[in-house]
Amino acid sequence: MSRPPLAAACAAVLRRDLVLAWRRRGDIAMPVLYALIVATLFPFALGPEEALLQRIAGGVVLVTVLLAMLLALDAMFRGDIEDGSLEQLVLAPQPLALMLGMKVLAHWITTALPLIVIAPLLAGMLHLPGAAMPVLLLALLLATPLLSLLGAILVALTAGTRRSGMLLALMLLPLCVPVVIFAAGAVSAAQQGLPWLAPVAWLGAALALALVLAPLACAAALRIALDA
Amino acid sequence: MTSPPPIRPALLEARALAFYRQDEPVFGPLDFSLAEGEIALVEGDNGSGKTTLLRILAGLLHVEEGELRWRGDTWQRDAHLGDILFLGHHLGLKGDLSARENLAVATGLYGRRDGLAAADALRDIGLAGYEDEPVRRLSAGQKKRAALVRLLLLPATLWLLDEPYANLDRTGIELVNGLLSRHAARGGAALVTSHGAVSFLGGEPRRIRMHA
Repeated sequence: MSRPPLAAACAAVLRRDLVLAWRRRGDIAMPVLYALIVATLFPFALGPEEALLQRIAGGVVLVTVLLAMLLALDAMFRGDIEDGSLEQLVLAPQPLALMLGMKVLAHWITTALPLIVIAPLLAGMLHLPGAAMPVLLLALLLATPLLSLLGAILVALTAGTRRSGMLLALMLLPLCVPVVIFAAGAVSAAQQGLPWLAPVAWLGAALALALVLAPLACAAALRIALDA
Repeated sequence: MTSPPPIRPALLEARALAFYRQDEPVFGPLDFSLAEGEIALVEGDNGSGKTTLLRILAGLLHVEEGELRWRGDTWQRDAHLGDILFLGHHLGLKGDLSARENLAVATGLYGRRDGLAAADALRDIGLAGYEDEPVRRLSAGQKKRAALVRLLLLPATLWLLDEPYANLDRTGIELVNGLLSRHAARGGAALVTSHGAVSFLGGEPRRIRMHA
């Protein structure tokens, strides 16, 4: 009996989740539309004063994107638990943490990446200066996978409970705070012409840590959820 | 006088296996052993713990009490992951994917036996013409077949099949019986749960009786 190569297993999981997301394209569009609506409403609520919008642009885009991601977070493992796919994944002769890492990656590609793509549009609508735009994108590229990974742990922890959405939101809030502080800090530093590397480096460090530890935590939590 | 053949340890052996859910006994203590080439039917009323037993043997639930041995050694979940194929009430199929795509995911994760192509396996299981239809559009029996096709391709020694006959028509039941007897002839083993309403393998299989 030959065990399938790890790369083939990773590719199978990643491809399956991407194909599934593509067959339900409407679900991908939802967070994007949400972010678009929220960012559009700010100038209407606060008035079209350019100086004010410029000052809040970075923070608004960041918070909007992170909140839009939360919309889809809840569903990360739900379908797999309901149809038994997760059992098959847990019982496969493959490292579960890595397979779940692939699922988180697929989730990031389908929810966060479209949001990052429209982020310059949102920021432009709020008059974010062009010089701060690359920093905003860099901050988003680090902050969104970090949030996906942190969220995945919490989704896995609340997987066994019914109506876990509320619990998830409450647990995720304190974890979002440092992510937003560092990401928004970098953008506002760049806007003021100050060095912005330090907060970005903190985001990167947190992401590196989460990349290694979050899949392991997810695997442990989901095993417990199935054991119940 | 010929010396007796060397005794090979049973593939799977359970001693005084018991399971409790919040201090309520679900089943057990239960003793049984399963050798290679042996198919056993797990019988019991609704709620007698058939599914729980299979989930324990698959490695989804902890062994709470008693002992499990695999080829004579203490059973460890991670060591036997690829040797065991579990087919539960939830079939592990994605409704938006076709039977072919679902099978590709399973072989990607579990590997495959040599000799049979995926397309032939799907034909043999009776899904010819439905390979590329999203699974959610298939009938309940066809969905079951789309899950059972894993038995043809995945390389596992021990099959744990929870109600494999449910929703299947007469030819489907014969198909499963054929799969089981071929698996046994290859030296594989299987535990199959059933309400006992179907004619199982025609003859008299080993029976493991569950008592609540």
